[in-house]
Amino acid sequence: MANIISDETIEYVGILAKIELSDEEKEQAKKDMGNMLDYIDKLNELDTEGVEPMSHVFPVDNVFREDVVTNGDDREKILSNAPEEKDGAFVVPKTFD
Amino acid sequence: MSKEYEMVIGLEVHVELATKTKIFCGCSTEFGGAPNSHTCPVCTGMPGSLPVLNKQVVEYAMAVGLATNCTINQNCKFDRKNYFYPDNPQNYQISQLYYPICINGGVEIDTPEGGKKTIGIHEIHMEEDAGKLVHDEWGESSLVDFNRSGVPLIEIVSEPDMRSAEEVIAYLEKLRLIIQYLGASDCKLNEGSMRADVNLSVREKGAKEFGTRTETKNLNSFKAIQRAIENERERQIELIEAGEKVVQETRRWDDNKEYSYPMRSKEDAQDYRYFPEPDLVPIVISDEWMAEVKARQPEFREEKAIRYAEEYKIPEYDIDIITSSKKLADIFEETVAICGNPKKVSNWLMVETMYLLKEKGIDADRITFSPKNLANLIQLVNSKAINGNVAKEVFAKIFDEDIEPEAYVRENGLTSVNDEGELRKAVEKIIEANPKSVEDIKAGKVKAMGFLVGQTMKEMKGKADPGSVNAILREIFGISE
Ligand SMILES: [Zn+2]
Repeated sequence: MANIISDETIEYVGILAKIELSDEEKEQAKKDMGNMLDYIDKLNELDTEGVEPMSHVFPVDNVFREDVVTNGDDREKILSNAPEEKDGAFVVPKTFD
Repeated sequence: MSKEYEMVIGLEVHVELATKTKIFCGCSTEFGGAPNSHTCPVCTGMPGSLPVLNKQVVEYAMAVGLATNCTINQNCKFDRKNYFYPDNPQNYQISQLYYPICINGGVEIDTPEGGKKTIGIHEIHMEEDAGKLVHDEWGESSLVDFNRSGVPLIEIVSEPDMRSAEEVIAYLEKLRLIIQYLGASDCKLNEGSMRADVNLSVREKGAKEFGTRTETKNLNSFKAIQRAIENERERQIELIEAGEKVVQETRRWDDNKEYSYPMRSKEDAQDYRYFPEPDLVPIVISDEWMAEVKARQPEFREEKAIRYAEEYKIPEYDIDIITSSKKLADIFEETVAICGNPKKVSNWLMVETMYLLKEKGIDADRITFSPKNLANLIQLVNSKAINGNVAKEVFAKIFDEDIEPEAYVRENGLTSVNDEGELRKAVEKIIEANPKSVEDIKAGKVKAMGFLVGQTMKEMKGKADPGSVNAILREIFGISE
């Protein structure tokens, strides 16, 4: 494995993704990420000079909706997904800017 | 303080677009619904839901770009900006980073020094708004309403071309007017449909390098922007003078306390890990489509000003006020089309309308009266059916309730008495009752005639044309104009 993922990096990625990993999981994740980066390095060996970066697999563009209201008030259904509900709103832990 | 400093300011302006539906789903964007009444699986970030782009968003963004001299990226696409916050149900915001729809534009502003200056626009991109968090003051929780989640925004990113609060405000007013004329947004700072974040750094005058900048948010009025800019300038200069460093950070302005504070702690990583949005296909803007949008552009303020001077021949001062709002300009043109008399129409808009707007604290674009009723009122005054004072009273009614002036005047018995015989009778009665004034007039004090006109108007309960009364008096006393 050419790419070695440091402890700091895996820690940082964990913070960004808001997940906590056990030491064991961290080791596994470091190995997986290293392998992925190795594969990217392999891809980078290809000469892509003058090739447009591809953003989509399908040759489709301009998929639009017209600006017309199609959804009614489905509040009850939407709120049934909330872990907790109050006054028609989703309840989350207290959050400040 | 011996050193002279200058500010370098760039703006990020978010504008809520006036579409009927959200950017990626068919939910209404209407204001004031019960919490979460305008939501669906897409705008609440339910797994498996897929966004479909609202075509009108692209057209509005393109229209704003064309009106601000931008180049349109004819191949553009969306990207995913990743972050966690409870008002962002997907844990990412769909935005544009790599290929924003508009780039390299600019608008010209009038500087406080009386010159012209171009403020560059780096880019304009399309994105979705977040939901709204309501904090429960006593509880341990916050409440989330996703009605605003997915409402379409454009973000207009300027170049760091502004050097004072006045230039910032001139730039914002320019943008606001262009966007209002396009009908792409109502651009209300106090209601959040236009939001400006100020990127500001300070450097010694003449320096080439930029200083470290901060970003100030939560600015809800032009006054708040002005105050926040002055405050941040002072704060940064104090730090520099004390030999300390300005920290690059986002600050939140508290307009009541006239003070800003850093928003996020340093431990919070600001690493958005953008990547191309896989759920949306690219947008390809053909030359034809662009031409269509361009052909639909309205006449903007500068063009209107030139035409008004030529076509309506009203003073520059009038033009300036009337074209300061698309709504006022529309009312002006439609009213003149019915009753002619551009200067009279202009007077009603500049004087009475402005007065009532100010008194009631509403913006010109919320005017509800119809040009037809204003035109009829002007016709009533012209034909001397009502006098000026009555007209003002009737106009207040038109302004509030858009009543039909002719019917209103008739029903309330406000029509002026123009019957020569009846007027003459009233004048004679007043002359008889005021021998002193009569003597004065005969002695050459023509001014005393004003008093008799007033008394006659009173006698007629205000329903006479003061000009006609005046004419009769002059005739009686044999005084020429
Ligand atoms: Zn929705």
